[in-house]
Amino acid sequence: MSAAATSVSPGSARFARYFIYATLVIFALIYLLPLFVMIITSLKPLDEIRSGNMLALPQAPSLDAWFKAWGTACVGVNCTGISGYFWNSIKMVIPAVAISTILGALNGYVLTKWRFPGHKLVFGMMLFACFIPFQAVLIPMARVLGEIGLSNTTAGLVLVHVVYGLGFTTLFFRNYYEAFPDELIKAAQMDGAGFFKIFWRILLPSSGPIIVVTVIYQFTNIWNDFLFGVSFASGGGAPMTVALNNLVSSSTGVKEYNVDMAAAMFAALPTLIVYVVAGRYFVRGLMAGAVKG
Amino acid sequence: MTVTVDAVEPVRHRAGVLDKARDILPKVVLAPSFALILFFVYGFILWTLYLSFTNSRILPVYELVGFGAYVNLWSQPNWYVALQNLAIFGSLYIFFCIAIGLTLAILLDQRIRGEGVLRPIFLYPMALSFVVTGTAWKWFLNPGLGLQRTMQQWGWESFRFDWLTSTDMAIYTVVIAGVWQASGFVMAMFLAGLRGIDSEIIKAAEIDGASTFSIYRRIIIPLLRPAFLSAVIVLAHMAIKSYDLVIALTGGGPGNATELPSTFMYSYTFTRSQMAVGSASAVMMLMGISAIIIPYLYSELRERER
Repeated sequence: MSAAATSVSPGSARFARYFIYATLVIFALIYLLPLFVMIITSLKPLDEIRSGNMLALPQAPSLDAWFKAWGTACVGVNCTGISGYFWNSIKMVIPAVAISTILGALNGYVLTKWRFPGHKLVFGMMLFACFIPFQAVLIPMARVLGEIGLSNTTAGLVLVHVVYGLGFTTLFFRNYYEAFPDELIKAAQMDGAGFFKIFWRILLPSSGPIIVVTVIYQFTNIWNDFLFGVSFASGGGAPMTVALNNLVSSSTGVKEYNVDMAAAMFAALPTLIVYVVAGRYFVRGLMAGAVKG
Repeated sequence: MTVTVDAVEPVRHRAGVLDKARDILPKVVLAPSFALILFFVYGFILWTLYLSFTNSRILPVYELVGFGAYVNLWSQPNWYVALQNLAIFGSLYIFFCIAIGLTLAILLDQRIRGEGVLRPIFLYPMALSFVVTGTAWKWFLNPGLGLQRTMQQWGWESFRFDWLTSTDMAIYTVVIAGVWQASGFVMAMFLAGLRGIDSEIIKAAEIDGASTFSIYRRIIIPLLRPAFLSAVIVLAHMAIKSYDLVIALTGGGPGNATELPSTFMYSYTFTRSQMAVGSASAVMMLMGISAIIIPYLYSELRERER
């Protein structure tokens, strides 16, 4: 330590610290800027947006644009705001997250504690399914959803999100249960506990963290999905992201930037709130989904 | 322990059928999920592959006609625009995400006060939908009302930033928005890597009198190799799949200036009624992603084995 202390003079060390802090703070401001601009734009009236400065704070902040985006803005030809689409997303995301998480937990349990010949191939195939470009399944999916009468329905989107989320949920639970001691399972088997009893009594009570991670990961992914929504439910059953894009890119009438930004905030808030409340778990999910170690 | 075993054994002998049921049960539980994946993923991939060898236009037809759709695809100037854009977007996106992510991770790793405040700020864009990101940046970069006018109002009269509406530069706005969204994620990956490095190695180098810069260059950054690999793979995979961001930010325009394979596939399939060509482009995308992901997954799964 003394070597390091003598090689660097206290002055230059302090300068380096200032430099580090300054760089980090500048980056933080740049990262916050788009969100800041979104929020202040949504609180300004339209003439203030046209005549004023983008970065200026609103002179008289008002939630008018928020109410308009929610209740009366035109998405395509329907001028009923984005509220209906917001609920579409809620109705889609809750069952899709619940079903894919439950199935993922059971799959992870089987793939770690009840291994059978070929379990690795099964897992590998499920894992690869996470990474395919969804363009490769869009056309058949559109056909099948049409055949079974689920085009443009929330139920259809739930099915799609369950199917294409299974790989990730299985991955999360498999990696988590792999570290769970086999001895406890064996002991329970000795005591006569069956498949579901072991899962229910032994694994599930200690699965809290991975359930939170999986639920948050799935919630964020499904809420934020656009491709499936626009391909399979672009009408009245559209999710929030699709409605937002339709609202922003519609070219009829006066362009209301404040309403656009308010609608974008409605689309952003659910995942942002989850991030603020449970950011730690969000990051864990991201890492687990990226680094399969 | 022996008592329990004795108690269980006779039961086992009596209930052979029950025993078999017990062996089958886990497979029964896994089967529906696996069946879903087999049908909706692998079955659908084969279906798309099949369609790419047909003449399907607005609706699928199932008469095989050979490689016509592929010949057609590779003679579309639009497809080359899409590939070129993917090359530009992908390489810059990966480079800047890694450069910024690594810089932020190293700076945050200097025992920073307020790390708990800064780190979430760098990472929050990752929680947003690409559509929200695209909408926000479309407004922010709007030449008429956004950044350009703001700078001009502040007295920098000659400031120009109209990339969003410029055919040559629009693809770079997609890079900017994409890097803004994903670089914090890359930072988190590198930060996890940095925190995993044994501090004894660094202390030893410090005692030997190595400068901070050379410790990073010679020791720490080489030790981050796995994080680099993961970052490149994840980002390349995200770049190929990028669709929503382009749609929300530029809509693929101006003209076809920001066409990507993903937008190409969508418009040829669903709006231009060239389903066979759309399928062929989807097969190309799948091959591109497979070339990146399969070796990676294979090595990751093997590594866990050891």
